[in-house]
Amino acid sequence: MNKEKINKLLNRVPIHVVIVATLIIWIVPTVGLLVTSLRPPEAVRATGWWTVLASQDASGPYTQSCAECHGADGAALPQADLTDPELVAKYPRSLQLLAMLRKDINGQPHMGERPIPSAQEAADIAAYLMKGNQTEARFTMNNYIDALVGYRGDNTYRADCAAGTQPPDLKCNLSDILNPRGMGRAFVNSLLVTIPATIIPILFAALAGYAFAWLDFKGRFLLFAILVGLQVVPLQMTLVPISRFYAQAGLNGTFLGVWLFHTGFGMPYAIYLMRNFLGTLPRDLFESAYLDGASHWTAFRQLVIPLAMPAIASLGIFQFLWVWNDLLVALVFLGGTTPVMTYQISNMVTSLGSGWQVLTAAAFLSMLLPMIVFFSLQRYFVRGMLAGAVKG
Amino acid sequence: MAVPQNTPETAAHIKRIKKSSAAPTPQIMKQGALTPWLYLLPALLVMSFFIVYPMINTIGLSFQNRDGTASAATTCVEGQSCWGIFENYHYAITAEFNTSSLQAFWKSFWSSSYGNTIKWIVVMVFGTVAFGLGFATLADRVKYEALAKAIIFMPMAISFVGAGVIWKFVYDYGTQQSQIGLLNAIITTFGGKPVAWLSTIPINTFMIVLVGIWIWSGFCMTILAAALKSVPDEILEAARVDGATEWTVFWKIMVPIILPTITVVVTTMVINVLKLFDLVYVMTGGNFQTDVIANRMYTEMYKNFNVGRGTAVAVVLVLTIIPFIYLNIKRFMEQEAAR
Repeated sequence: MNKEKINKLLNRVPIHVVIVATLIIWIVPTVGLLVTSLRPPEAVRATGWWTVLASQDASGPYTQSCAECHGADGAALPQADLTDPELVAKYPRSLQLLAMLRKDINGQPHMGERPIPSAQEAADIAAYLMKGNQTEARFTMNNYIDALVGYRGDNTYRADCAAGTQPPDLKCNLSDILNPRGMGRAFVNSLLVTIPATIIPILFAALAGYAFAWLDFKGRFLLFAILVGLQVVPLQMTLVPISRFYAQAGLNGTFLGVWLFHTGFGMPYAIYLMRNFLGTLPRDLFESAYLDGASHWTAFRQLVIPLAMPAIASLGIFQFLWVWNDLLVALVFLGGTTPVMTYQISNMVTSLGSGWQVLTAAAFLSMLLPMIVFFSLQRYFVRGMLAGAVKG
Repeated sequence: MAVPQNTPETAAHIKRIKKSSAAPTPQIMKQGALTPWLYLLPALLVMSFFIVYPMINTIGLSFQNRDGTASAATTCVEGQSCWGIFENYHYAITAEFNTSSLQAFWKSFWSSSYGNTIKWIVVMVFGTVAFGLGFATLADRVKYEALAKAIIFMPMAISFVGAGVIWKFVYDYGTQQSQIGLLNAIITTFGGKPVAWLSTIPINTFMIVLVGIWIWSGFCMTILAAALKSVPDEILEAARVDGATEWTVFWKIMVPIILPTITVVVTTMVINVLKLFDLVYVMTGGNFQTDVIANRMYTEMYKNFNVGRGTAVAVVLVLTIIPFIYLNIKRFMEQEAAR
């Protein structure tokens, strides 16, 4: 390599550093969520998720500070047996443990000449002792099971079921996956909401888009301009009258109500996209079809729908992600009667402050399908966005 | 993973859409006077019922009392100032403000849902557009552009609720010695004091805005990147040959050329921010002075069950959006005229 080439390479180093650093910042929070969802609850509460990357040996601080007197297995002192779960349970966190270590024992400092461990070390020791001095599995699927069945106890679903102490709403058989409090049921509900709420608007929009692009009628332009304006109307503006109407019509908490609402709101953008796409189809195509005696309806079914597949794909992904990720509409019209995933998670966030392991598992479950859709069909998603670039 | 915006296919697609403007008024086949309306019927029905009618109804309800049974004027409290039939608006606009002195007003304004919404608009729109533009420009120069863009774009696929959980965990504040939230762990590692990010006023609002930036930057980046690709290479090369630095090329050539796209992105983002509800709802519930207009509407309507006040807040929200409805239609007209 000559000098110039090396110089050129060196000049580009800052760009790579900036880009890679940004990417890391972007992705680390999500990685944290995933890692946390796979960790046992005690570990989640005691240490940060990044410590899973740290040394395998959790006994380090214990060996350093305690093993000399208490023994490597913790059972050396009969009056302070660290293998005794009852004793250990008194010092679940670093705070209690440090307070105890600072106290005198038999008139002597607890730690003797040795330095009192730091807060982090004390936390590690406490976590180590809580695990019963044995290295437990670092990862577990229990959180996902707990999230799916909607388990809300202090233990795990599997442990409770084995002991027969499960909450009354769980039966410890396969039917638990459809427990109304669980994410399994919410997943099914989300699908039941999303699929029709994606298909119906596309169908309606294809019809209307065809009319706007290839049919002649009075007020075509004006109507379309109004449509462009309607794209921006906030959802909040229409919630109250619709929910009042639904309450009277008995549509509150029904799938039909949500499908219709999402259809109505998805319409302006969907028609806009469809009309713009269909307008680009070659004119000759329609002319020859009509000359062959095809009616508008035949042309629509056999010509427009197959040709519009790219636009339908873009629209489908857009609408799918929009409905799947929506919280407000689900909150107002479905609420707790038929909870969808976003609703369940928001409920867990607001009511269940501490259960990070289940919350992260639930959040990851809800992100799974959108992520798959997004990464496999990214190009269509981006297309739809570039063509419309208006809907939020 | 494809780089959608780079494929010639997509470029052609966009071009075609632009060219669609050239499609003449269709006059191909005889049609009954009713035919077009049959095609439009389902769409027009759902739109009238779910958008147009509720909008009008909402405006009506905003002049009524808490359950929509009497005029809003009846909710006036004796001995206090009253706006008559506009009483809900009186509440919606002034309730959060302390008007005892100018200073108190200023302070209460910036902790109100209005002040917060302004903070959101300024910081988030600037943040997403600046970051999106910057990243698109940089990523254009590396081989792994596709992957880099996909990663930045990924949060768009996640729900606001999911993003709220992700970042609530990053911001977690432990009262114990050991911090399980990444941000506080970093701070304590460097000897700092942990911060309760989501309940410390005034930084909490900005911490939620950061999450918004994380979500929406990919959107801005994608659209701006597509615009940057359309800047003719000859112009850039000519400038570089003339000795312009990359910095000058960016500010004096690229930015002016894509300015129309930047405007579109900015207006779209302002609308998005105005409507934004989920993030605040999940992360703080609007507590600790983080409320925004969209969340306040929800609180009035579905937590306080006050139809009149809730709809009045919604109307205020839509009033702020009207200029953008106008801009949108105007832009559409210009596009059509250019056909």
